[in-house]
Amino acid sequence: MTTVLGLFNYWVVIVLMMTGFYIVISRNNLIKKVIGLNIFQTSVFLLYISIGKLEGGTAPIIEPGFDRYSNPLPSVLILTAIVVGVATTSVALALIVRIREAYGTVEEDEILEIDGAE
Amino acid sequence: MIREQLPALQIVLPLVAAPLCVILRRRIPVLGLAIAVAWTTFAIAVALLRQVLADGPIAYALGGWAPPWGIEYRIDPLAAFVLMFVSLIGAVTLTYAPRSLAREIPSDRLHLFIAAFLLCLTGLLGIVISGDLFNVFVFLEISALSSYVLIAMGRDRRALTAAFQYLVLGTIGATFILIGIGLLYAMTGTLNMADMAARLPEVMSTRTVVAALGFFSIGLFIKMALFPLHIWLPNAYSYAPSMVTAFLAGTATKVAVYVMLRFTFTVTNIKMSFGASDLGTVLIGLSLAGIFVASTVAIFQRDVKRLLAYSSVAQIGYMVLGISFASVTGLTATIVHLFNHALIKGGLFLAMGCFAFVAGGTRLERLHGIGKTMPWTTFAWVLGGLSLIGVPATAGFVSKMYLIRAALEAGVWPVAAMILLSSLLALVYVWRVVEVAYFMPAPEGAERREAPLSMLIPTWLLIGASIVFGIWTSASAGIAARAAEALLGIAP
Repeated sequence: MTTVLGLFNYWVVIVLMMTGFYIVISRNNLIKKVIGLNIFQTSVFLLYISIGKLEGGTAPIIEPGFDRYSNPLPSVLILTAIVVGVATTSVALALIVRIREAYGTVEEDEILEIDGAE
Repeated sequence: MIREQLPALQIVLPLVAAPLCVILRRRIPVLGLAIAVAWTTFAIAVALLRQVLADGPIAYALGGWAPPWGIEYRIDPLAAFVLMFVSLIGAVTLTYAPRSLAREIPSDRLHLFIAAFLLCLTGLLGIVISGDLFNVFVFLEISALSSYVLIAMGRDRRALTAAFQYLVLGTIGATFILIGIGLLYAMTGTLNMADMAARLPEVMSTRTVVAALGFFSIGLFIKMALFPLHIWLPNAYSYAPSMVTAFLAGTATKVAVYVMLRFTFTVTNIKMSFGASDLGTVLIGLSLAGIFVASTVAIFQRDVKRLLAYSSVAQIGYMVLGISFASVTGLTATIVHLFNHALIKGGLFLAMGCFAFVAGGTRLERLHGIGKTMPWTTFAWVLGGLSLIGVPATAGFVSKMYLIRAALEAGVWPVAAMILLSSLLALVYVWRVVEVAYFMPAPEGAERREAPLSMLIPTWLLIGASIVFGIWTSASAGIAARAAEALLGIAP
């Protein structure tokens, strides 16, 4: 039981990670690929935050009555990683806008067909 | 005073110059500032290299926060060597850029393009200098995001799809690296490389650490375009603007190889890292397969830029091969080849840019008789090609010699034979271009037209250096050997 419920966070991480990865690989639509990439990255954010959490731990502020603290560092690291993720998404979406202007489509197979015809 | 702050200046200077370029907007000030900053960055890197070689490794606590709590910049001979050639390629390609970009980039976007270029340089230098794993990830993403933008600025619309493909694979690679770092942090409680190296042996055999090593390595393999994870590279290099291709070919994948060296030999102990999973054997297989497959594919390319891109994939194979021997000679081969190949490929792609500038394209049909119309550029290309093959008295020969010696030391003579054999494949693809350039008649009415001097001089600078360091080997190979000894923990 403990391996299922005790590690609940980590199971969610794995499911999300594989879902995102599968979307990136299997979808033709570039926007959907970006969504998959986002889910994939989010799963890693959850992984980091789960690592830092201590059961019954509070925020790391010294105060009488509390002696168990969660580690704040992973959350801080993930703030940076979220910023990176947002930047990646915006660059990807900007590229998709330009691809749509140049090709008239955002479907990967159609783009390949257009390129192949040249 | 300044001397103590050099490690920070190395990164801060290009980082601050990037937004300044966006503010300045006008062509002349932007280019002037960027070129001045790039050469200053190179001067700082040379000063750091001299300091490291004379006084030993430098540790710099960023913002005065002592490691392992603060971020540490750590410069040992290897880092200083890589910083030196990355900033050199950056400075040379930027000097080459003004004329070349005038044709390839809309003039109203030039300042943004240069800003992205400086950010990319910042990211690459940051990866090399940082002694903190998470900091490495952040710099990795800075360089990656800006390089997607740079590649997408190519004139061909396929540059856009190439950049998107690179973005997807690059992000997956970076996220894998992030997972690896997270799992290592969970097991050791530190992000500082030196600190982690001390704490890792206790937990080395746990499944978490093995998984972390796996994620980290796969992520890096994508970033360095190791066969069979190289599919993003040929398109990205083929459609990017000329100077971007030259810059990325000389630096981006090299820096990923540097991270692998750092991670395998400084952070995780070599014996454990390779012994646990026979990674060394796997790497020998992958790199040899990469060398042969990519070289063979290169032979059949119709576009010379693409041909060189596949050749780059093959060259990464040589570098990883050196790592997989895990001996001083093997690592020396890898480190010296990082430098030599940066010069060679940088020079070749710059020459390619000259061809594209004058002939309007890089497909083989366009280059008929180009040896007569553009003798200087073609001669530079041929010298670079000879160096790529590994002809004696060129830089490429030095790398191959060390690599073969490492293979013989390890007692695997078939590998040594295959390295020699693979050079023949390089000979074939270089010859194809030489044949078209010198033995095909030039099209009717073609005049003798050289590329402008501002492009020709940077090209010859890199190609000339690749010849100089083929003869004066004590400088490049000497430093590489010192770096290799330091990595393996053998006192010089």
